[in-house]
Amino acid sequence: MSDAGNGVVLSARDVSVSYGTHLALQPSSIDFAAGSVTALIGPSGCGKSTFLRCLNLMNREIRGCTIEGRVIYHGQDVNTPDVDSYALRRQVGMVFQQPNPFPKSIYENVAFAPRRHGMASRSELDALVERSLRAAALWDETKDKLFASAMALSGGQQQRLCIARALALDPDVVIMDEPCSALDPIATFSIEDTISDMASRGICVIIVTHNMEQAARVSDRCAFFLLGELVEQGPTNELFSTPKDNRLEDYLTGRFG
Amino acid sequence: MTDPTGVRSPKAARTKDRAATAVLAAIVFAIVVMLVVVVGHVVASGAGKLVDLSFLSGKPEQFKAGGGIGPEIFNSFYLLLLTLLISLPISLLAAVFLTQYLPEGPVARVAKTAIETLSSLPSIVVGLFGMLAFVLSAGWGFSILSGALALTMFNLPILVRVIQQALEAVPRTQRDAALALGLTRWEATTMILIPVAMPAIVTGVIISAGRVFGEAAALIYTAGQSAPTLDFLNFDLSSTSCPWNVMRPAETLAVHIWKINSEGVVPDLSAVSAGTAAVLMVCILAFNVIARLVGRALERRMTAA
Repeated sequence: MSDAGNGVVLSARDVSVSYGTHLALQPSSIDFAAGSVTALIGPSGCGKSTFLRCLNLMNREIRGCTIEGRVIYHGQDVNTPDVDSYALRRQVGMVFQQPNPFPKSIYENVAFAPRRHGMASRSELDALVERSLRAAALWDETKDKLFASAMALSGGQQQRLCIARALALDPDVVIMDEPCSALDPIATFSIEDTISDMASRGICVIIVTHNMEQAARVSDRCAFFLLGELVEQGPTNELFSTPKDNRLEDYLTGRFG
Repeated sequence: MTDPTGVRSPKAARTKDRAATAVLAAIVFAIVVMLVVVVGHVVASGAGKLVDLSFLSGKPEQFKAGGGIGPEIFNSFYLLLLTLLISLPISLLAAVFLTQYLPEGPVARVAKTAIETLSSLPSIVVGLFGMLAFVLSAGWGFSILSGALALTMFNLPILVRVIQQALEAVPRTQRDAALALGLTRWEATTMILIPVAMPAIVTGVIISAGRVFGEAAALIYTAGQSAPTLDFLNFDLSSTSCPWNVMRPAETLAVHIWKINSEGVVPDLSAVSAGTAAVLMVCILAFNVIARLVGRALERRMTAA
């Protein structure tokens, strides 16, 4: 691995996003380390999701959207036309706000992408499905109905299935866009456990959340966005206890957002 | 009536709501009654022929009574099949292109306008164009091929629209999920979006098949108005009695109704016409029922298998 020191897997260097002529995200730079959880916080429309979607180049799928700057994955700038964004997305998994399992069986949801990417052996796939579902804390609930439709699962289970689906490609970065905002508190805690678990296994987790308690509970580091600007970043406890920027302090004390 | 708070009296609102409900229910009822009367009348007048096997399988007569519509039934289904074989792949790819690859921009606008214009062309115009282009210029004569191509022109815009709507109804999140797993746009479309949209696509295709099946004007001058006697054991593709020969003329059920009513001389003309209409009607109703059943079955298999 060609990590640029202290376990940095992914970095953004002056990454900005514009839709047509509208600048949605001002140049932002940040590093993400293996085995850590980084929370991107800020009020709605602050650019945190826009920033997140640069990290796996998902913004490229939106017409009229351009990403400037460098997105550096293991020392290589991937925001260049010659980098295959499809290949990058196998390494940088993504979990969305709304659980979005495919209307296929639970097994097929997990096995689908690995099979597409060349894994053919049934026994290998079986083992991978079990491993991924276990990692997302879904195995015990689903092991007897792997071939039932994923649509019959509860919202929380569906979201954990989406995590398992992402983990099946063995990513070293997982980005999550408000993964708990559609879930009840119990399902939320279960997802948060899974997040900590992923980090302890060396995965670099980056999570967008508008929930400050959640950011405090799960993240090691935090980055605060406001009006398309990355305002402040640092270790979560420092950021929350001694914010340097007045705007962050105002946000934390509930004066807006 | 005093209303100190300035809020409209709930009683008046309730009366209005009830009146609106009654009007809407009456309109729906009227539509259902119209359908039942039309279908009932057509099926009732042709009921005798509908269960008459010699009518359903026999060949039509030119001058005597007692002709059947066997070739016409076969021709209608064969033309429908060929039309779908040509128009389905084209419209599927066009719809995929318009929804997934180029949903906006000048090219998409031109394409969408073209499709809308094509769908509003009167079918007789499509038929006459087909006669000029396929029958005369291409030299294919009155043939199944000319008819299938004319029907394709008629069917293509409908199918593109139906498939486009089905694909657009798939939540964006499904596409995002596939792309985020490193699938290409093509893989996301063919392996996730089209399967998810399949119930709606199948329903739409079968319903459009009903329209194609009943089309007459586009076929009169393309597939022709004569129905050669068919010999199902004849596999000589150049013979006009070979059912599969696409270069033979082929009168369909709808064209048959038009022809016997406009120039028929058989003595039992009105009975033949009513019987043919009943057969056509039953087939189209069957298409609609099958469309619902198949769509629902696919949907169920997908969401709760």
